[in-house]
Amino acid sequence: MDNLLEVRNLKKYFATQKAVDDISFQIKKGAIFGLLGPNGAGKTTLLRMITGIFYPDEGQIILNGQPYDPVRHVGSIGYMPEERGLYKKMKIGEQAVYLARLKGLSHAEAIERIKHWFVKFEMQSWWNKKVEDLSKGMSQKLQFVTTVLHEPELIILDEPFSGLDPVNANLIKDEIFRLAKEGHTIIFSTHRMEQVEEICNHIILVNKGTKILDGTVRGIKQDFKEDLFRIAFDDLVHPEHLAIHLFRVVESSGQELVIKKAEGFTTNDILQYFIHKNLSIHSFNEILPSLNDIFIRQVESTPTARQFQNVNA
Amino acid sequence: MNKIWIIIQREYLTRVRNKTFLLSTFLLPVVMVLFLIGSTWFAISSREQHRIAVVNDPGYFKGNLQGDSSSVLFTFDPSVDSLNYGAKGFDGVLYLPSSGSDYALISTKQIGLGAKEYIEKQLNKAIGDNLLQQRGINKSTLDSISKATDDAVVLTNKVREKSGKAKESNAGLAYGVGFGSGFLIYLTMFIFGSMVMRGVAEEKMNRIAEVIVSSCKPFELMLGKIIGIAGVGLTQFLLWIALIFLIGWGAQLLLSPDMVQQVQDAQQQQQNMPGGANGSMAMKIMQAKTSIVEGANWPLIIGCFLFYFLAGYLFYASLFAAVGSVVNEDPQEAQSLMLPITMPIIFGFIILTSSLQNPNSPMAVWASIIPFTSPIVMMGRIPFGVPDTVPYWQLAASMLALIAGFLFTTWFAGKVYRTGILMYGKKATWKEMVRWAFRKN
Repeated sequence: MDNLLEVRNLKKYFATQKAVDDISFQIKKGAIFGLLGPNGAGKTTLLRMITGIFYPDEGQIILNGQPYDPVRHVGSIGYMPEERGLYKKMKIGEQAVYLARLKGLSHAEAIERIKHWFVKFEMQSWWNKKVEDLSKGMSQKLQFVTTVLHEPELIILDEPFSGLDPVNANLIKDEIFRLAKEGHTIIFSTHRMEQVEEICNHIILVNKGTKILDGTVRGIKQDFKEDLFRIAFDDLVHPEHLAIHLFRVVESSGQELVIKKAEGFTTNDILQYFIHKNLSIHSFNEILPSLNDIFIRQVESTPTARQFQNVNA
Repeated sequence: MNKIWIIIQREYLTRVRNKTFLLSTFLLPVVMVLFLIGSTWFAISSREQHRIAVVNDPGYFKGNLQGDSSSVLFTFDPSVDSLNYGAKGFDGVLYLPSSGSDYALISTKQIGLGAKEYIEKQLNKAIGDNLLQQRGINKSTLDSISKATDDAVVLTNKVREKSGKAKESNAGLAYGVGFGSGFLIYLTMFIFGSMVMRGVAEEKMNRIAEVIVSSCKPFELMLGKIIGIAGVGLTQFLLWIALIFLIGWGAQLLLSPDMVQQVQDAQQQQQNMPGGANGSMAMKIMQAKTSIVEGANWPLIIGCFLFYFLAGYLFYASLFAAVGSVVNEDPQEAQSLMLPITMPIIFGFIILTSSLQNPNSPMAVWASIIPFTSPIVMMGRIPFGVPDTVPYWQLAASMLALIAGFLFTTWFAGKVYRTGILMYGKKATWKEMVRWAFRKN
């Protein structure tokens, strides 16, 4: 059983929206899984079903091979919602203990682990402070600690880096990698594509309640590549002298060309062509589309704003 | 269950350790005692003396009209008239023409209801005395009669219980206890009910609700909060009772016998002056205190009080929680949604005041059985006697209805709460809330 989480044909209809309409996917144990989608795509509803806050109208959630039970699996999941929530007037140490105990840790266990994390994140002096005394970034760190404190198998992070400075963002990012290496599975929901490319192995893209992409970051980029290459030469090149049956010049600027390979030829054909022409090549790179481009292209092909509809569920 | 317990602990501890809790717990009894002492003191000292000049006396008033050194002093001085009474040091002029009915009092200021009634009473008495004297009763006989009738009659109302044993009933005490406990329930429903509402709304605003309901059921969170705050309320009551006993004990040590005498005098005067008699709960409580121990079935009253406090609180707190769960940033929204909850509580209080006058009126009976008003109204009736005033069946019906009521409101609120706590941006109406409650799953 190498899938930690399996979601089958999940549906959740609200009075005016099909928030999640028949979504299925699997997440491997230890994976960092990216859940992408524009605002209002149904990401939060999907996550709320996985965390047991909502019951799905239809479909199944399988955790570790067993049907998901919000009561029994409460300790297996750690959820950091996009809208951060902490009690403003409660002392930080007590608050962390409280949240950990709700996840099933004993009092002593909770204190021990919190101390460990507080040392790690240099938060020891915070114990008796209140959340209202913290800056946004600081409370973000605290929220992250309370999410992972009980060592859940599945950690769900909704926009974990928003509001963090680069130093703290890296701190959290390193923790995410470490947790994944230790076998925790992470669902990472965001619309910041550069972070997804950096962190996630597997992504799905949802829009208007349905899944429109599913695959590894590398695989998806390959699927959407346009056979574009960037070639840098040692000397100036004149694109008008170049053969066009092999490729089309998309862009040229002095010593650099961007070309689109014609179908039926390989990159070696192109390289050979330039060698024959006696043009010395400095570098030759394939231009893969960024996830950002793919995202925008996929989402734009459907009307961006979600319309309210009447759903009789 | 374990989770609810953790939530209860948090809700309880964070509130009890809060400075405002300590402040309100320790200041309120002090304020109450100061209020009692203050109102008693005012009752004694604020009675001003009115100097009234009597003119146009047809003859018989001079001998029969009696003033009282502490409130009204009559002086018979024919040289005074409506123009110069102020200059001569009088507060008013009383014209008593022989024709009878058109007596008039001229004064610069209103003399107050108490003094007016006092003067009327004295005038009537003087006229009556005069008529008696005209029929040949001499002054000394008259004085001895009026001396005998001046001593106020104390009416003891002995209620015959079904067991046949006669028991002295004490309407004053029952009134005081009924009003006090009904009022306390009324007050605490508002205080702790809105505490629940604010707590729920805070969790929603802070967005911590979403974190917590991923660890426990929304219903557990709501119930934990309600029970935790009930604990806060009970703690506060116990501390108040302890403090009131302490202060009362301390006051008894400090009060000199002289002052006690003064208070009793004031009571006496209060009885003589009907206008001033509404004057103070303080007086009633003072009176009640003397016969407090033997006059009431304390274990029953305290037991019922705790029941109605808790059950009434549970009945309303869950409704307050439901409102808290649907409001957004704007506190105005809560106001309009709270109206349907606060109205019955206020009605309950209004019915309480009339039930105290007539604890067996149909309105009092029904209002003490219907759960919306029963915690307040029933507590007003119980001190008048169970089963004499409140038959056992009424008490049982009231308690059962209240238990069924709070089970229903808790169920209803739980449904509303589950949806409301995660819904942002839009205020729900009561109609929508009812729809959430009755849709399936």
